[in-house]
Amino acid sequence: MHELSIVQNILEIAESEARKNNAAKIIKVWLKIGEMSGVVADSITFCFEALKSNTIARDAELLIDHVPLTGRCKNCGNNFQISNYIFKCNTCNNTDIEIISGRELFVDELEVE
Amino acid sequence: MKIKVVSNILKANDSIAEKNRQLFKENKLFVINLISSPGAGKTSLLERTIKTLNSKISIGVIEGDIATTRDAERIEKTGARVIQINTNGACHLDSNMVRTALQNFPLNGLDILFIENVGNLVCPANFNLGEDIKAVVLSVTEGDDKPKKYPGIFREAKILIINKTDLLPYTDCSIDKIKKESLEINPDLNIFEVSCRSGEGFDEWCNYIVSLSN
Ligand SMILES: Nc1nc2c(ncn2[C@@H]2O[C@H](COP(=O)(O)OP(=O)(O)OP(=O)(O)O)[C@@H](O)[C@H]2O)c(=O)[nH]1
Ligand SMILES: [Mg+2]
Ligand SMILES: [Zn+2]
Repeated sequence: MHELSIVQNILEIAESEARKNNAAKIIKVWLKIGEMSGVVADSITFCFEALKSNTIARDAELLIDHVPLTGRCKNCGNNFQISNYIFKCNTCNNTDIEIISGRELFVDELEVE
Repeated sequence: MKIKVVSNILKANDSIAEKNRQLFKENKLFVINLISSPGAGKTSLLERTIKTLNSKISIGVIEGDIATTRDAERIEKTGARVIQINTNGACHLDSNMVRTALQNFPLNGLDILFIENVGNLVCPANFNLGEDIKAVVLSVTEGDDKPKKYPGIFREAKILIINKTDLLPYTDCSIDKIKKESLEINPDLNIFEVSCRSGEGFDEWCNYIVSLSN
């Protein structure tokens, strides 16, 4: 299951950032997870609870910010929300669309002490 | 105290993938990461492609599998250079597994390297291996609703191979729907329709592979 390796990465990033800041304990971890990131937030939370116990994040709370899928039309510059995974500009019908958000898989912020 | 991190969770994988990419580049190798659900026909596609192109180009294969060496044995019979990676339970290959395998896998003389990923349409999409392109195989027996159900990989891929067209009469699968919906997700997708059983569609597919090796 790949949520497991993703959570291992989350904990590694969080622990190393905490250490860099001389923190002894991680209290909160904020993630940004995009609509098209391919991971299931519930499984991330489940794995986080299972893996955090032997780390300085053992008492940490995981908070997930869901990011909607949005794109920018490369023809007319229109920014819009992409629904039903149809990559087509809702103004000019162009299909050359750059993804602006929705693929995030980020550790955004930590609270430590 | 709050710390702003903004760190890509997969950066460790991405940085090793970059090293792999460098190595592939030095060897002037075109690398295709082959992804599908279990049994869609990845190994069958490789067997038939290698047999068809034997005299024209040199193809190498890295086989990813959760536990067995069966696919690597099948590829070995074609005479192609092949190495097996067992992921020991993991549902995808990662760049470090590929890096480790490359230590025992000479790249000299190869034109194209296929990496057959673990059968899974979700997880492999997140893990770059250093490939030039991802190719997704979808067989008609899986149903025509799959692109919209697994949009991530259909957006990431450059090639879609619709396989098992010989079985179309026995299914309610609409190839037009697969094409329409996968092109909505990714208008640049190159689509091939093949049957690894009958060989239908292989001329076009194999010509395309040869063009990638140049
Ligand atoms: N009828 C028919 N059967 C096919 C075709 N391609 C593959 N198969 C059969 O489908 C089954 C699975 O094929 P594989 O090539 O092993 O599929 P795979 O994607 O490599 O499977 P995993 O590595 O286990 O994920 C085998 O029994 C093949 O003989 C096809 O075009 N037509
Ligand atoms: Mg296989
Ligand atoms: Zn537009």
